[in-house]
Amino acid sequence: MNIESLSLDWPGLGALWLSVKLAAITTLILLVVGTAIAWWLANTRSRAKPVIQSLVALPIVLPPTVMGFYLLILLGPYGAIGGWWVELTGSALTFSFTGLVIASCFYSLPFAVQPLQGAFESMGRKELEAARTLGASPIDAFFSIVVPLSAPGFLTALVLSFAHTLGEFGVVLMVGGNIPGETKLISIAIYDHVESLNYAAAHALSLTLLGFAFLILLTMFLLNRRLLRHD
Amino acid sequence: MTSMTTSSGALSIRYQLTRAAFSLDVDLELSMQGVTGVFGPSGAGKTTLLRCMAGLEKCDAGRLVVDGTAWEDSSARVKRASHQRQIGYVFQEARLFPHLNVSRNLEYGLRRSAAGSSVFDLDYVVNLLALKNLLDRKPVTLSGGEVQRVAIGRALLCSPKMLLMDEPLAALDEAHKEEVLPFVERLHAELKMPIVYVSHNIDEICRLCDQLVVMDAGRVMTQGDLQSVLLQTEQPMLSGKEAGTVLFGRIREYDLAFDLTRVETAGSQLWVPGHFGSSSAELRLRVRANDVSICLERPAKTSILNVMRAQIESVQDETGASMLAHLRAGDDHILARITRRSWSDLGLQPGDSVFVQIKSIAVRNRLAS
Repeated sequence: MNIESLSLDWPGLGALWLSVKLAAITTLILLVVGTAIAWWLANTRSRAKPVIQSLVALPIVLPPTVMGFYLLILLGPYGAIGGWWVELTGSALTFSFTGLVIASCFYSLPFAVQPLQGAFESMGRKELEAARTLGASPIDAFFSIVVPLSAPGFLTALVLSFAHTLGEFGVVLMVGGNIPGETKLISIAIYDHVESLNYAAAHALSLTLLGFAFLILLTMFLLNRRLLRHD
Repeated sequence: MTSMTTSSGALSIRYQLTRAAFSLDVDLELSMQGVTGVFGPSGAGKTTLLRCMAGLEKCDAGRLVVDGTAWEDSSARVKRASHQRQIGYVFQEARLFPHLNVSRNLEYGLRRSAAGSSVFDLDYVVNLLALKNLLDRKPVTLSGGEVQRVAIGRALLCSPKMLLMDEPLAALDEAHKEEVLPFVERLHAELKMPIVYVSHNIDEICRLCDQLVVMDAGRVMTQGDLQSVLLQTEQPMLSGKEAGTVLFGRIREYDLAFDLTRVETAGSQLWVPGHFGSSSAELRLRVRANDVSICLERPAKTSILNVMRAQIESVQDETGASMLAHLRAGDDHILARITRRSWSDLGLQPGDSVFVQIKSIAVRNRLAS
């Protein structure tokens, strides 16, 4: 799809598409990384658990600008991740789509980890142990028993990560700026429209996002009801 | 020290672990056939022992040799993961998979057992446990007894070399217990694999087990064949109000008019109420000490059917008013709980020849061949 030509037809569509793309990629990554972290947190007896738990939850309490500021430093050409990235690829992470994906993963991490951890903890180890005694390897038991029994948790994690990334603003502004087609997300486009007093365009985009967010949440809660039934 | 060689046909179990307020230190040698009951109060470590055997518990030191093969030996750094131990585990709470229907639950282990190694096929297990009408149902729609039957079937279908049953009836009410027990008795009769059956209910133990291990506070207090362990009333667990013995006997005749069956045991003849199938079938009789009284002379007029000659072997003082007398009638051992006053009034002494009256006898089909 040619985003540039589309965005000529309707100035917001490119930004919306970019937001959806970012949210989808971030959600996919978080489903893997978040599941691993959540599983560890749900099962560990390590004394490091509260520390890791607090680190994961930080984005919930920190102002996005603070998160964004540190991510800017971390991802910048002289930062730990950014410097290494420059050496590896020759280009900077900040003000790039890849940089946004990394920043979003940090920013939305608790929204993936917490529902999953809750699902794993409430499920306990009973059925998992039963599966193990019936000849299932740990991986096999995870996919055949843990995943279906934690399905509501996975659904919540998926929807919240996606929706939260979609609505991202402060962090993006700090590490991504406002480059059309690269880092200009729908939330920033709305802000731009308001800044330039183009309320009609801001309305159109805002309403789209509002409807979209509502539909996602509604789907989640409807699906959740079905997933919880085992009769 | 356990000897390093374990004969095949045996199950050698040795586990040590320490938890905050509990330690387990067990060294057992069991037979690879029949049912071994593990009996003890809650907190005795019975479940922990089973979990160790299934590889579900981290232990400090462990050794499990099954039929000559070491499944676990911490000194040789051998430890098979749970899924690599051919164990059928029946949990107290069944732990069926709620998202799968009964037939998918049953097939879960079947599909994961090595091809061609299946000990049982699905039809056999479905028949054995009468599961045919449940196959399409989801676990949440089953009764407690049905749930446990499915759990037992699921465990059998993973082609185990042994069955570990952790209080499979403890969560059931009496009616559902009676519904499941006959099936467990059938396992005993039909399966050639060893079953380790954990329970704190002596009645279940007496119905099902051939061997008995008594545990308390993480230690094995005593072990041996059921009949002889039941006589070890110096064990607090075996001297309570459920103290008693188990007699094995064969059906000799059935009196239709009075609905009574005559059973010949090792040392006597007993009349028991009810009909128990074909003549010469084996029965298991449970005689509780509280149901036995002692007379010096054969009571002439009594409503009690079963009166027999016996010799007092020993007597054990109990706290309170009672004493526990060990008697022998032929080759049968009988316990009688009488008051100290009666003991004294009758002038009883070990070695005396007396008559015992047995007020009631619990009869269990003994299906083992």
